[in-house]
Order: sequence, then structure tokens, then C-alpha cells
Amino acid sequence: MEEPKANLTSPGSEHGEKEDGAGGPIILFFILGLIGSLLVGWVAFPALLYSQKKQPIDFDHALHNGLVDNGCESCHFFREDGTYSGVPQLAQCVQCHEEANSENPEEIKFVENYVKKEREVPWLVYSRQPDCVFFSHAAHVKAGKMECITCHGPVGESESLKPYQQNRITGYSRDIWGTNMLGLKRNSWDRMKMDDCAECHEKAHMAAGSVQTQKDGCFVCHK
Amino acid sequence: MKIDRRSFLSFVIGGAAGTALTPLPWKLTDDLSIWSQNWPWTPVPPKGETSYVTSTCTLCPGGCGISVRKVDERVVKIEGLKGHPVNDGGVCILGASGTQMLYGHTRVQAPLKKVDGAWRTITWDQAISEIASTLKELRGKGRPQSVAWVSDTDRGTTAELCRRFLTVYGSPNFIRTPSMQDAYEMALYLTQGNRAMAGFDVGQATYVLSFGSGLVEGWGSPPYMFRAKGAMQAKGGRLSQVDARLSKTAAKADQWLPVKPGTDGVLALGLIHVILKEGLYRKDFVADKAGGLDSLRNLAGDAYAPEAVSKATGLEAKTIVDLAKAFAGAKKPLAICGRGAGRVPGNVQEYLAVHFLNALVGSINTPGGVIAVPEPDYIRWPEPEMDAVASKGMQQPRVDGAGTKSFPVTRYLLNRLPETLAAGSTAPVQVLFVSSANPAYSLVDTQSVVKAFEKIPLIVSFSSYMDETAAMAHYVLPSPIYLERFEDVPVALGFPRPIIGLTKPVVKPLFNTQPTGDVVIRLAKAVGGTVAGAFKWESYEACLKQTLGNTWEPLKKNGYQVDAKFAPGPFETQSKKFEFTNADIAQLPAYAARKAPGDETSYPLTLVPYDSMRLTAGAIGSPPFLVKSLEATVLSKNDVRVEVNPATAKEIGLADGADAVLSTPKGNAKVKVYLFDGIMPGLVGMVRGLGHTAYDRFLAGKGVNTNDLMGSVEDPGTGLEAVWGIRAKLAKA
Repeated sequence: MEEPKANLTSPGSEHGEKEDGAGGPIILFFILGLIGSLLVGWVAFPALLYSQKKQPIDFDHALHNGLVDNGCESCHFFREDGTYSGVPQLAQCVQCHEEANSENPEEIKFVENYVKKEREVPWLVYSRQPDCVFFSHAAHVKAGKMECITCHGPVGESESLKPYQQNRITGYSRDIWGTNMLGLKRNSWDRMKMDDCAECHEKAHMAAGSVQTQKDGCFVCHK
Repeated sequence: MKIDRRSFLSFVIGGAAGTALTPLPWKLTDDLSIWSQNWPWTPVPPKGETSYVTSTCTLCPGGCGISVRKVDERVVKIEGLKGHPVNDGGVCILGASGTQMLYGHTRVQAPLKKVDGAWRTITWDQAISEIASTLKELRGKGRPQSVAWVSDTDRGTTAELCRRFLTVYGSPNFIRTPSMQDAYEMALYLTQGNRAMAGFDVGQATYVLSFGSGLVEGWGSPPYMFRAKGAMQAKGGRLSQVDARLSKTAAKADQWLPVKPGTDGVLALGLIHVILKEGLYRKDFVADKAGGLDSLRNLAGDAYAPEAVSKATGLEAKTIVDLAKAFAGAKKPLAICGRGAGRVPGNVQEYLAVHFLNALVGSINTPGGVIAVPEPDYIRWPEPEMDAVASKGMQQPRVDGAGTKSFPVTRYLLNRLPETLAAGSTAPVQVLFVSSANPAYSLVDTQSVVKAFEKIPLIVSFSSYMDETAAMAHYVLPSPIYLERFEDVPVALGFPRPIIGLTKPVVKPLFNTQPTGDVVIRLAKAVGGTVAGAFKWESYEACLKQTLGNTWEPLKKNGYQVDAKFAPGPFETQSKKFEFTNADIAQLPAYAARKAPGDETSYPLTLVPYDSMRLTAGAIGSPPFLVKSLEATVLSKNDVRVEVNPATAKEIGLADGADAVLSTPKGNAKVKVYLFDGIMPGLVGMVRGLGHTAYDRFLAGKGVNTNDLMGSVEDPGTGLEAVWGIRAKLAKA
């Protein structure tokens, strides 16, 4: 006895032939695709997008902060002409670290590899912006009286440097987009995108009358 | 379970839906846009500390102050120096391109010697000892006068060291490259007795009558003239531009007077005629401070009545009369000449006629007038001790004929050198030194120049770049460029007050170079005897410091020193007056407008070169910034476009952009046509500064060097180069 073919039992058999037995798999494949892409988008992509890099020296901000008089500006200072020095150059470090002051292996590494060889430390800068972005520290810190922490977070309290996560496409740090892949933030320093600049400028009621909103305002920051 | 097309599509749709729910597409879009806006292979100057160094630009004789912006030890931008009396913050396109002159790849990086046609790097010691031994040998043979030196300036310590070297060595042949300075200096000397540079107080004038002078095209000190012309017009002053083509200056003038080319002098004399006839001249100046007016009446006699001048120049007689009245009636009128950027001296009698116009209206040594700026006098070295060879050599006539019986008042005649060299069987010049000059490119009739120079057994170039003259030299002893060395710059062409600028080493010399001053001192020491005795300095820098004395420190600090209380000195003629005539002037042959050389039937058109601010045509080759800025109407790919009036083009059957062959008695060139209503029918306008064979792919092989097509025209009586155009023919290619 032949088993009746399933399609014979259903009406409209001529059309049903193709659909039969595929209804389940079609949904299954849809779900497979969905789950797969969710995994790719949420797990694989972030993992692949960023490479992990270690800083050349594990610098202890907290320790140094306790030793200097002038807070962040002791090392990250403004030059006489108002420009910002950014990450200290070797010459500044040498003022205290001509010889190792402790047995700390990181300090010894620093003195041996950089001070003695007169090589600049290739620090990886978490807040480095693309070259098309012009940012004046003087305008924000000197004129706007902003705190370093507002944008940079409590770096001064950190005892070691976190790994530098470099975006493989852009070459910039993950800290610009923020750790959260959706770009959500809890603190003002979690992200450093243009929207974050705009948010603050708007909050501070800077939108009207500030140079950024005038004609050619684009070129205030994008030179 | 069967995987068919449907399940695959389902998978893809599921994947797409899922992807949209992840940050992937949004983040990727953002990252890709950042990446594409910051191509990692685009060179970006490294970040660092910004600093500014105040210095002086020497890319032209404009004497502008510059403020050089550096990031750490790298020059990134050159700006005009604010508050500088010459340019007050202004900078021309060439000045701003100085970074390319510094870091460009046509720099000569070490002393070179040509061995079997190829360059070989040698040491400075070898170069100096080899050249010195040739010099000693020539001296031994009693022919020191066969050494000549070509330089683009005769002012400042470097030029004076070169001249001093020649003097104690025994040669009178220090030659400055030709420019309108020659003719203006001569006009001042002949009429006022002053050995002085001409300064023009354009800014304070109320009416400027320019005989073809490109006030915005490189005439005088470019940024100074831009500012002064702008200031003059802003205060209600007027500019009338006499020009055969609608130059940029003519376009910016209040009145454009298109005259037939080469008839500027006729027009000037015509204006003198009207001013004298109608008694429009300033009687106070002419009666008290000038002499020889009768002779001027003779000079500008009936032959220069408005109708005759109208016929010669193409202007209407009424226009000429009105122009004379407007000029003489202005509060502070000023007449200037020197065509375009003043790169060719011209006919001295035209300069005299224009200078007479200024004298008739009293605009001599007054605010808004022509100022005789005395030559710098701070170089006071002890007279060198001369031996017998040197004294005898110095008594020989100059190889270029300047100062001889034929050209008694002329100081330099580089344009005559090729002919002199070609004439004899043994070259009268055995050694030629060339510092900051490129005569094999910049002299009229380059073919003859190159041919003549080939007869010189030893050519030594001090160029920082492998230019045309350096390429044909036997040694190149590269000098550091102005951003790498100290040097005094006692000239700002056309600036109405004496000024000294100082160039400073903004960066350490990039290559194995030595300042020409140092090489001269070392050469002198190697030659020995009284030659060495005249150079007691240890180095050029020591010489410069000692020469400047108390001026050194303020100069180093400010970058320049200007004499604020300057007042022009008295006339130094025999009569102590401005002389419309005297023995020297009377000796000049009668004035005649010079025709363009060539046969009019074979060459129905006339080629007139013009100058552009976007090209340089002297000692310096245009850096890429300049060439890239050229309009498509000037350079089309590698072809120069020549300006032709549409009427003329129609006769020949040439359309806009058509390929054509331009022929002159001196040669042929491939060009493209640019139909331009602003040029007179019958003329062909071509820009100066292209057609280099040396330098790099950004400059070489682009367009045509106008000097290749031009023939030399000697101004009788002075010997100066007076060519303004040449007969030409344009045919379809």
C-alpha cells in the first residue's frame, strides 16, 4: 500500500506541492539568520573591530597626581602662547626621571628603554581625534572654565593604563565612539563624538551666538 | 530537510532583519566615513610645539618681512610679517611657497663636480682647492680679468664679498643681472646725479600714470605695491594704465589706455609736449630746482604734438591732451614705467621721459613722488691691499662693455656678454661664477646665451637648485636657502625708504651646503697672497656680525631696520639741480621708439611677453604651488596658451584652444590659442616663466620660455636690453 502523499490530502494540491514541508524550515532559516546576524553584530563585530594594544609603559596617574602641585596641568600644561602641550614629551619626564626613583619595574623599563636611549615614548592617546577636527583646549579650559574630567573622565585617579582598543578601520581609539556599541553613555566622558560636543554646547546655551552656529561655523572645528 | 532557494532567502531576510537590530551597520557607516575623510596615506604634519621665526624673504628683491610658522623643527607655513613697513602682513604666492623651496626635491644636496657629463658628489675641500688652483693658474698667466661673476644683486655683504674677491683678484667683471633697476638707476643718475635706487611712494600719490608697470603683477616689491595701489585708490586716487593688453593691473585701473606696444616713450613725450605748451607744469619746482627746460622743449617739440602722438600710439589726440591735463592737474601725480614686473630694463630714454614728467609736476623726492633712495652705506671694510696683478687686471675694460667709451654711464651689461663671448676665438671669460642667478634661462635669446656659455672652460654655480645654469656648470657649490642662513637684505625694490632686512636660519641647513659668503672667504684663503689678505674674517657670519656692528642685535630681534627719519638727499648734479639735460644726457642718441626685431612680411604678428604673479621668471624657478595655480587660459596641460585677439585668430583661421605653431626669427614653439578680447589685434601675448628644462616634472617641460623666442635689442648709448617684443607668425599646427 502506498502511503498517500501528503499533498493529496490538502486542497489546492497543485500549489501546495511547493509549500509543503517548507513552512517550518522557512521560519527556522529566518530565525537562524536572525540569531546568526545578532551574534555577528553584537559579539563578533565588536570583537573583530577593535584590536587590543598595550601602552608602552603602564603609567600610574594616581601616584603622580599625588606628587605634583598643580593637578593635571603640572604635566599636561598650556604653553606660553596658549597652545596645549597634550601628552608630555620625554624632556618633561626627564626632569624627575633622569634615573629611576624606585624599584618599580615600569619605571625602570621607562628609564632604560626611553630616557637612556633618548627616545620619545610612543604613547597611545585615547582621546586622539581625527586630523580634520580642530579642538582648542584653551577655549574650553581657560575661557570656558571646564574641568578635565568632563571630557576625559577620572583618568587622574587611575593606577594603571587600560588597554588601548584601536578601531581597525579608522585607527582611532574605541573611547571616541564609546565602549557601548550603541553609543549610549552614562557619563559625559564616555564618548567623544561630534554629537557629544553639540550636546554640551546646547546645554550650556551656547547654540545661539557661539561661533559654531554662525555662517562658516563648520570651519570653526573642521579646518 | 531540504535547503532550497526559499530557505536561503529566508535565511538572508532573517540575517538582514537581525543585522538591522545590531550596531553593525550604523557603526560601520560611521567608521568608514571617518576613514574616508582621513585617508591614512594622506601626509599629515606631525603634531608638536608651534613657534614663529621672524625673517626676510629673498625669493625676489621685494624685501618683505616674513613670519615663519614651525611645528617643532619643521616649517609648515610662511606668512607676511605684521607691522613690517614693506608688506605689513601681506605675502605673495611665491613667498607663501617658500616651504616648497625648502623641502622640494630639486635642492642640490652637496657640492657637485661634473665628470664626463655626469654629476659626482665631492667634498667642499676638494671643490675649493680645485677651483682655487685654476684661479691661481690664471693669475699666474696675468689674466685675472678673465674671471667674471654674475649675481642678481650688487647689494649686501654676500654681493660685496664677491665683488671684493674679484677686485683683489684683479677682475672688474662683477655683473648684476638685468632688470628695470638698471634703467631707473641710470635715469636718477643722469638727471639728479644721485647713485640711488628709485623708490615710489604710490600709497601717498593721488594719481598714478603707469606706463605698462604691473603694479599688481610683480613690479617693485609686490606686496608693497598691492597695498600702496589699494590705499591710493581707496583714498580716491586714480590709476591710469598704459598697456597694449588688458593686464591684471589694467583691469584694476581706473583708466586703461591701450597703446601700440613700444610707443610708451612717444606717449610720455607727447604728454610733456602738452604740459609745456599749456604751461601746466609746477613752476616752483621747474624754476627753482630744475634746469635745462629749453632742451626739454626741443626734445618734446612739434614731432610730439598730440596729432603725431595719436598716430604713433593709436590713442585719440583728445585723450592725450586730457591725460596730460589730468596728470598735471592732480594734487600728487606720479608717473612710473618698467613693463610688467620690470624684468627687462628697456629704453633709457623712455625712463628719462617718464622721469621728466615727474619733474615737471614736482613729484621728485616728495611724498607721493619718486624718491631717490640712497644705496646702503653700512658696508665699510678697509680698502684691500692690491698687488700688481690685481691693479693691472682692474684697469682692463669690463668684458660686458659697461663703463667703456661706448656705454660710459652703464654699470652692468650682462645682456652683452653672450655676444662678446661668441666673438673671440678664445673666450674672454675663462671662469664664470654665478650666484643666485639663472642667466641660461632668464636672459633674452637663451640659445645664444647657452652657446656662448659653452665656450667658458669653468662655470661655477652657487645655486641651491639644479637650475638651467647650474645644469651647464662644471661645479655646483650649493648655498643654503634663505630659510637656513643669515644674510643682510638691504633692498626692497621700489620701497621709498632705505631698509635693511635680515634672513635668519629658521631651520638647520637640511643638506651639505655652505653660504656663498663662506665659500668666497675660503676660496680667497686658498688663492693666498693679497687675495687672502683682504679676507680676514673667519666665516661669513663673523663678517656679517662685524659689518652690521650695533645694528646686528636689533636686526636679529626685529628682522628689519628702517630709517624712520629718512629724508632724500640733495641733487648731486653739477648745477645741484634736477637737469633736463647735461653732457651725459646730450650724448645719448636721439630718441626713437624701438621696433620689434624681425621682418614684417614674413612675421605679420608681434609676440609680447607678459608677467604673472603666479609665475616667477628670474633666478628662482616656480615651485609647484605657483604652477598649479595657473589658469587654464595660461597653461593647458603642458601647453602654454597664447593670447590672440579673436579678429586676428579669425584671419589665420584659428579657434579658441586650437593647436598652433608660433614662429619668430629666433625659433618655433608649439602653443595653444586663447582668444582674448583684451589684447590688440596683431599681437600674441605669452606669459613669462614657463618652458624650463631644468628643475622637476612639476615645472620642466611645461610651456615655452619666452626668452627662447626673443632676440636681443640693444639700447644705443647705454647698451641695456631694450626688447619688448619680436615679430612673429602663428600658424595652424
